[in-house]
Amino acid sequence: MSAATAGIDRSLPGAHRGSGGGPAIVIEGLYKSFGKLEVLRGIDLVLHQHEVVCLIGASGSGKSTLLRCVNLLEPIDAGRILVEGEEITAPKIDVNRIRRRIGIVFQAFNLFPHMSVLDNVTLGPRKALRRPRAQAEADATALLERFGLADKRRDYPDRLSGGQQQRVAIVRALAMSPDLLLLDEVTSALDPELIAEVLEVIRELAGAGMTMLIATHEMGFARDIANRVCFLDAGRILEEGTPAEIFGAPREERTRRFLQRIVEAGRL
Amino acid sequence: MTGIGGLGPPDQGELIGLGEPGRSPRSQQPSALRSTLVALVSTVVFFGLLAWIVVNAPNWPAVQESFFNGRVFALTAEPIARAFWVNVQLFLIAEVLILSFALVIAVLRSLPGPVFVPVRLLATVYVDVFRALPGVLVIYVLGFGIPGLAIAGVPVDPFFYAVLALTLIYSAYVSEVYRAGIESVHPSQEAAARSLGLSRFQALRHVILPQAIRRVIPPLLNDFIGLQKDTVLVSYIGVVEIFRQSQIKQSAYFNFTPYLATALVFLVFTIPLARFTDWLISRDRSRQTRGGFR
Ligand SMILES: Nc1ncnc2c1ncn2[C@@H]1O[C@H](COP(=O)(O)OP(=O)(O)O)[C@@H](O)[C@H]1O
Ligand SMILES: [Mg+2]
Repeated sequence: MSAATAGIDRSLPGAHRGSGGGPAIVIEGLYKSFGKLEVLRGIDLVLHQHEVVCLIGASGSGKSTLLRCVNLLEPIDAGRILVEGEEITAPKIDVNRIRRRIGIVFQAFNLFPHMSVLDNVTLGPRKALRRPRAQAEADATALLERFGLADKRRDYPDRLSGGQQQRVAIVRALAMSPDLLLLDEVTSALDPELIAEVLEVIRELAGAGMTMLIATHEMGFARDIANRVCFLDAGRILEEGTPAEIFGAPREERTRRFLQRIVEAGRL
Repeated sequence: MTGIGGLGPPDQGELIGLGEPGRSPRSQQPSALRSTLVALVSTVVFFGLLAWIVVNAPNWPAVQESFFNGRVFALTAEPIARAFWVNVQLFLIAEVLILSFALVIAVLRSLPGPVFVPVRLLATVYVDVFRALPGVLVIYVLGFGIPGLAIAGVPVDPFFYAVLALTLIYSAYVSEVYRAGIESVHPSQEAAARSLGLSRFQALRHVILPQAIRRVIPPLLNDFIGLQKDTVLVSYIGVVEIFRQSQIKQSAYFNFTPYLATALVFLVFTIPLARFTDWLISRDRSRQTRGGFR
């Protein structure tokens, strides 16, 4: 049971705009250190349009750092990142313009606590895309509606459940109509009974053809949704393959041991 | 009965053997009333005694004549109240300038990266210098020094220098309050804003500052209280505000009652602000413990 790509529905609004057949992201020889700590040690990764790639790996293996580098939230030490053919790690690039095309959703939601749900969602379109408020709010309301959050749009984040907050965070990223979405363990901070509603949203986005790079500990979900799974170990992609390959017959001993631990923890 | 087996708190009923089970909120009401009464009586007795001792002191008539003089009070209350209007103007104008200038300083000090080192350095030196200097000294130096240079076009009005000095002194403190607020906003908030493609300035303007300022309103109000009182310091450079006016009246009548009038004015205006600030702080605290925000 893998690859939700068979018969994807690309007609949904907010789905990928698409631009030619080139890869969505190309990462080449990416290195990143924090002081003496080498976190990413030569990452090579290609994501094609409409592809869903899951990053798995132990805590501290560098998943978050990799996603933050792709969104230019962290400067990189060496290597290149290309988004739809444009080198976004080139010097003097307009980082704000790049970030508008790349959505990211964080483990801890990071909603703006002083703004209503609607303002959270419209801030990017209004300030970064300079859309008129009325249009931004109409678009945001439509998106909130699509994800079952329309009745929450006047509420402040602290009134919402964790699952609702994370769905709002996803909508906030989608409101920028990004070319691709980065998801960083978006269910890890949630109570178990709230995980499903968030995963459902991501499934829907995958079905709509959104290109996604997803760091996750939900192995069952990764197996269902991913076109490819990458196992990150100590700052390198140690093994990469279809979910069937990675979960069914991992080649590397370390991948096997990692999955073994996950199974023992009851998460697969 | 709670008394059986020694469970539950002992209460009066239990001691005499006919207690009701537990303690109802209603049974607490009489004791709350009683403690209020006790507090009232003891306060009245204490201050009554104090007043009686003062009023019966050997020199009380002389003190009353020169400090609590009803006639002088009646004659000077009006000009003193009028002079207080000058303090109010000083306070209001300086406050607006302080709130804006201090914000600029705080933002400059929180600019990251090596490019902004000179700016940060300059802002830091300003804050250090003006927090280190006694306020009166700054008022003297600016109020007498700058007009003393006699440069054409430079204002000579002491009110101008009073506002300038108070703004410079208080902005140093207030910028630190702002900065603490800015630093209290978690970096993930900036990351979330920047990840949407907002510029650094937009993230500051729409995400960081609104949260930071909300958090520092109580300490800012505390600084306002200080400023309200410190407006009297500018009397040293010849601004006829409330304190200068009471000095004038004191020498005119050879009587200290005008100072009492001044003290009363400050009590009336400062205590409500201080109370309001305390209320805000305690409200914020109870909100934080509830985990709420806003
Ligand atoms: N801003 C930072 N400063 C210093 N070290 C960091 C920073 N961010 C992450 N790290 C370190 O980088 C390593 C990888 O972290 P991360 O990318 O968060 O891993 P993962 O998301 O796979 O758990 C960890 O050892 C972490 O402590
Ligand atoms: Mg992480």
